[in-house]
Amino acid sequence: MIQLNLNKVLDTADGKMNLALDIVIAEGAFVTLYGDSGVGKTSTLRMLSGLLNPDSGNVVVNGETWFNSEKKINKKPQFRNIGYVFQDYALFPNMTVRQNLEYASSKNNSSKKIEAIIEILELGKLQSKKPETLSGGQKQRVALGRALAQNPKILLLDEPLSALDIKARLKLQDYLLKVHREFNLTAILISHDIGEILKLSDYIYVLSSGKVIKEGNPQDVFAANNISGKFKFVGEILKIEPQDVVYVVTVLIQTNVVKIIAQESEIKEMNIGDKVMVASKAFNPVIFKI
Amino acid sequence: MNWEPILLTFKLASITTLILVCITIPLAHWLVHTKTKLKPVIETLVSMPLVLPPTVLGFYFLIAFSPGNFFGSWLNEWLGIKLVFSFSGLIIASVLYSLPFMMHPIQSGFASLPKTLTEASYVMGKSKTTTLLKVLLPNIKTSLLTGVVLSFAHTVGEFGVVLMIGGNIPGKTKVASIAIYDEVEALNYSAANFYSAVLFVITFCILLLVYLVNGGYLKKYWK
Repeated sequence: MIQLNLNKVLDTADGKMNLALDIVIAEGAFVTLYGDSGVGKTSTLRMLSGLLNPDSGNVVVNGETWFNSEKKINKKPQFRNIGYVFQDYALFPNMTVRQNLEYASSKNNSSKKIEAIIEILELGKLQSKKPETLSGGQKQRVALGRALAQNPKILLLDEPLSALDIKARLKLQDYLLKVHREFNLTAILISHDIGEILKLSDYIYVLSSGKVIKEGNPQDVFAANNISGKFKFVGEILKIEPQDVVYVVTVLIQTNVVKIIAQESEIKEMNIGDKVMVASKAFNPVIFKI
Repeated sequence: MNWEPILLTFKLASITTLILVCITIPLAHWLVHTKTKLKPVIETLVSMPLVLPPTVLGFYFLIAFSPGNFFGSWLNEWLGIKLVFSFSGLIIASVLYSLPFMMHPIQSGFASLPKTLTEASYVMGKSKTTTLLKVLLPNIKTSLLTGVVLSFAHTVGEFGVVLMIGGNIPGKTKVASIAIYDEVEALNYSAANFYSAVLFVITFCILLLVYLVNGGYLKKYWK
């Protein structure tokens, strides 16, 4: 169990912001931090891993205090054993893929674990390559594998899939699910992709200017009215055009662009770029093989 | 021909470079990550030898190391070290004189590495030293090479500082650049030409090697 009680004044693009979090994460959970850029998601991960010091508060993991501002306890990042997948991957350019994994794994860790990781993440053919020769998705897999090689109890994922194309992203989501099950980890993910969040995580915290404004099961959080429809997708609004008495809303769902008719009252609060849910209630969807 | 001044030059340059490697790596690493307000002052001091005439530096060394002064006499009495007109004095002066040439490439090398490399190594449980030796230094190899070669070559070419503090003692402080000046003064052009040509060829070769390595021209022969 991870208890986070953090206070930190952060410098953001819009001036100073007070990050104040008080959350508890169950062991083995897959949790997502969601919110706009600059609301303190990455800072939260950095404070949990010890790379950034909170102004005050405490961090308790499985009954062990890692940080306590009053008692002046601050465990170094070296002793927290956290697997951290950085947004820029941070692979060591001077080492091959295998050497990256070996560097991360501690001495008493058998090479069996590395073999298992290589197999699960299908890194076999890349083992002797240097990071600069890998594609984005491959680098991502190596970064994930390297974080696992140190045998962590907690895995932190800072927008690990944001730079990938949709195909690589779907594949890596499957890897993440597999890894989470296989290695019995508590995972904390930062993501902007609602589809990804629904697929991967079982709890979500929505952050806004340093505070949790909503939390719960991702399905409940994203479907405010909890539509009972069985057919629903999450997408992003690309265009809103008036047409006679109605409006045509163009929505991007994964790689498909669809047009949806909406009333004026419905589009009132919608803007281009908003995340929306497209659902069908009364009609039966039709299925084709292509 | 007398090879002594040339051998002395390369001995001086090698020792100076070795000392510089040992002190600039921790100093540059610290300077890149420090938040102290003294940083611009330290950076200025390190860069001073670039703009200051070598004679100025040599003059102050001469004053400071002179047995007539407190520091010089203290060194002489307590440690038995005489830095004026001696080889060890030359080394200390050369280290300070060539410091920016080692410091600048290494410092910019460290600064060019993403911070996440260090952080990734830390969360993997690796100490600062391990991170420096296994992750940071191997990734700034070209900066290291540039620093080593530039400070070596710069020490070889040093004249003003050596003349001021070392004088012209054969076998002790008479390095090649001084020997050339000496031979020209004595109108002994063929000896001056010999020293000059040797320095010219050797420094050319050293610099060529750096450009070949850093430009990646030699990579095909390594694999």
